[in-house]
Amino acid sequence: MATYVQIDPTQKLDPFKAVKKIPLEEFFTSGHRTCQGCESSLVMKTMAKAAGPRTIILGSTGCMYVANTTYYSTSWVIPWMHTQLGSSGSAALGTAAALKALMRKGKIKNEPINVIAFCGDGGGADMGVGAISATLTHPDYNLLILMYDNESYANTDIQLSGSTPWGAHTTFSPPGKVKRIMHHRWKKNMAGMMAVGHPTCRYVATMCMSYALAGMNAIRKALSIGGPTFIHSLDPCPKGWDYDPYLSHEMGELAVNTGVWPLYEVEDGVLRLTGRTQQLAAGKIKRQPVRNYLLKQGRFAHFTNDDIDYFQSKVDEMWNKWLVPGVIPFRKEVEADNPPA
Amino acid sequence: MAPVATAIEEQRKTDETALITGSEAIAVACKLADVDVITAYPIRPYDTVMQYVAKLVANGEMDCEYIVAEGEHSQFEIVKHASACGARVFCGSSGVGWMYAMEALTVTPALRIPMVVMVGNRALDDPGAFGVEHNDALAVRDLGWQLVWVDNAQEALDTALIAYRVAEDRRIFLPCAISCDGAFLTHSQALVKIPSQEKVNEFLPRYNRADLLLHPDNPITVAPQANEDWVMEIRRQNYAAMERTFGVIKEAYADFERILGRSYGNPFFEEYQTDDADVVLMGMGTLSTPVKVAIRQMRKQGKKVGFVRMRWFRPFAAEDLAKSLGRFSAVGVIDRDYSFGSPYLGGVLAGEVRHALYPSPGKRPPVLGFICGLGGREVTVPDVERMTDSVYKAAEGKVQPLTQWIGLRE
Ligand SMILES: Cc1ncc(C[n+]2csc(CCOP(=O)(O)OP(=O)(O)O)c2C)c(N)n1
Ligand code: SF4
Ligand SMILES: [Mg+2]
Repeated sequence: MATYVQIDPTQKLDPFKAVKKIPLEEFFTSGHRTCQGCESSLVMKTMAKAAGPRTIILGSTGCMYVANTTYYSTSWVIPWMHTQLGSSGSAALGTAAALKALMRKGKIKNEPINVIAFCGDGGGADMGVGAISATLTHPDYNLLILMYDNESYANTDIQLSGSTPWGAHTTFSPPGKVKRIMHHRWKKNMAGMMAVGHPTCRYVATMCMSYALAGMNAIRKALSIGGPTFIHSLDPCPKGWDYDPYLSHEMGELAVNTGVWPLYEVEDGVLRLTGRTQQLAAGKIKRQPVRNYLLKQGRFAHFTNDDIDYFQSKVDEMWNKWLVPGVIPFRKEVEADNPPA
Repeated sequence: MAPVATAIEEQRKTDETALITGSEAIAVACKLADVDVITAYPIRPYDTVMQYVAKLVANGEMDCEYIVAEGEHSQFEIVKHASACGARVFCGSSGVGWMYAMEALTVTPALRIPMVVMVGNRALDDPGAFGVEHNDALAVRDLGWQLVWVDNAQEALDTALIAYRVAEDRRIFLPCAISCDGAFLTHSQALVKIPSQEKVNEFLPRYNRADLLLHPDNPITVAPQANEDWVMEIRRQNYAAMERTFGVIKEAYADFERILGRSYGNPFFEEYQTDDADVVLMGMGTLSTPVKVAIRQMRKQGKKVGFVRMRWFRPFAAEDLAKSLGRFSAVGVIDRDYSFGSPYLGGVLAGEVRHALYPSPGKRPPVLGFICGLGGREVTVPDVERMTDSVYKAAEGKVQPLTQWIGLRE
């Protein structure tokens, strides 16, 4: 009768060596109705591919629920279940706990089954952060929570969330005659927070679909390592960010190359910057100005030069002043903060 | 199939007897039911059940995943998902804790997820009160939860086993909440007969989620976006499941009697001294104790008073009840709850009883409503006598307020 902490074996999912080595079989197929150029739906597709058929997926309310599971035309080939907006943590935990108990007691076949719960930034960084945090403290269940971050409550018409960048125009933060900047909160540092606050969580990573192979391999590592794990994906959203859908891939690259979106993984407490971010930090390539990223998006169209400079100064701070650049915003000394009037 | 009499004999020989509280009795039922996943979160008075379960798990007497959640919303969501994967689950809460889980409580029956939970009935905040009120459990009465009130520890244990049997029946697949009055039942000890594991195994089959199991071998999509295209048909299926509970509950009680040797008569409501009664009082939960004591005293004074204790509030056995109540010249419903602004400003049960009676082809006695014992205030024998006097006046056709607050400071 094993009621002590015991991690069950996981599937061993080796990294895909190259794009051409990725299996052709799809587990997230036709039937969905996301916008053209939707990077979050690409996350769904690659996540399912990376995990493979012996997987259960739980999905929080949001675009990736509403647009993907129209009754009678679900796009999911693998088992999928809706969970409430703030419940991704609990959904993963309950599913993993059931599998563990039923396998231990011989009520179902004992085999490693991947458990993935996904949530949007609204469901994850706002409403569900408590449940995600709690789940990441449970050492005895194998599960992955993947937060797809399109930087707004997209499904309900693009409202600002705790993960929306400073100054962005959303339907709850329209630039007005008196207030140009309605949203003056800074984006929550979810991945960093999860990595720093949860010693039992063995793997935290950030990803972006512009680097899909790396993202899939992060998912495979998260599912193989055992215990609770967390991945934060930045997903350009043509509708919410207001740009032409053909630019989605480029938008993700710009987010990384301007230093706005750092790519990294924290494995058993060891931090490793990855991909282009590693090269940026090592000075091998130069960070592009955030202007190149911001001005391509309608949600920042109301920005003045002062606003852009301020945004740039915050990103510079993240790379030059943070004790762990790009990841953890501790500083050696107090910095002045001077947002534009 | 052993005849009932032999089964009772048998049970006397095999069952062990223990002095335990209502909460402990339900913990014992969880052990006997071999529950797979349990989630806990502290709130008085229900949390005692989770303390007992924790001990059973720590001592190796029970094999389950025991998860302490970070809030009731998660507590109920975790077991909801575990049940979708075929695990037998147990959960519970009290008062504002139950309300904190409301979103999860809404989707659980909607998704046809069976689970058994204990509500240690408690007054809702504010102001703070630990004592019993029934508004917590009643808040989900329209959502597809089966709701049952018990009034002693033995009934708590037995009902928990019956609840698993009914909730997990493929014809039903709806959750069931067992209400235990805070303190009066959760914390009071009584002698309880504990059935043998073999008998329980015979009575309670394994939970089989069948075609609705969430598992890679059965790759279904659960709870898609249905919209106006299909939601109405899906609601109608839940309606039909709830309609079927009447029959399945009766079956379960009959099998319980046959296998475990204890009978509860009519499963839906208990009648006490009603055979020759002129008037009856009605209520749910442990207020049955003072009411029964008062009835015995009043009968000595020649007042023919009876008592009807509703066990199952959902499903609500309206036709049976209306038929039974037609025998009396007046009915007094004691509510340990409130429903501000409701018809005649009455309590929840009073409203349901009037509703049950209205279409009845038989006699329709006048129904008086009493709000009593809120926040855990004791319902005393003099309170019951006062209510009975009013019910007699109603029987004589005297005009008086349809809702009366009893035991209130002047
Ligand atoms: C408890 C609750 N509150 C509000 C909603 C309404 N709602 C549905 S989808 C959604 C947006 C979720 O945003 P996010 O998690 O970022 O996912 P996205 O739509 O952006 O993909 C909201 C607020 C809900 N479903 N449940
Ligand atoms: S609004 Fe954004 S996230 Fe939602 S479907 Fe469209 S592109 Fe995808
Ligand atoms: Mg979003």
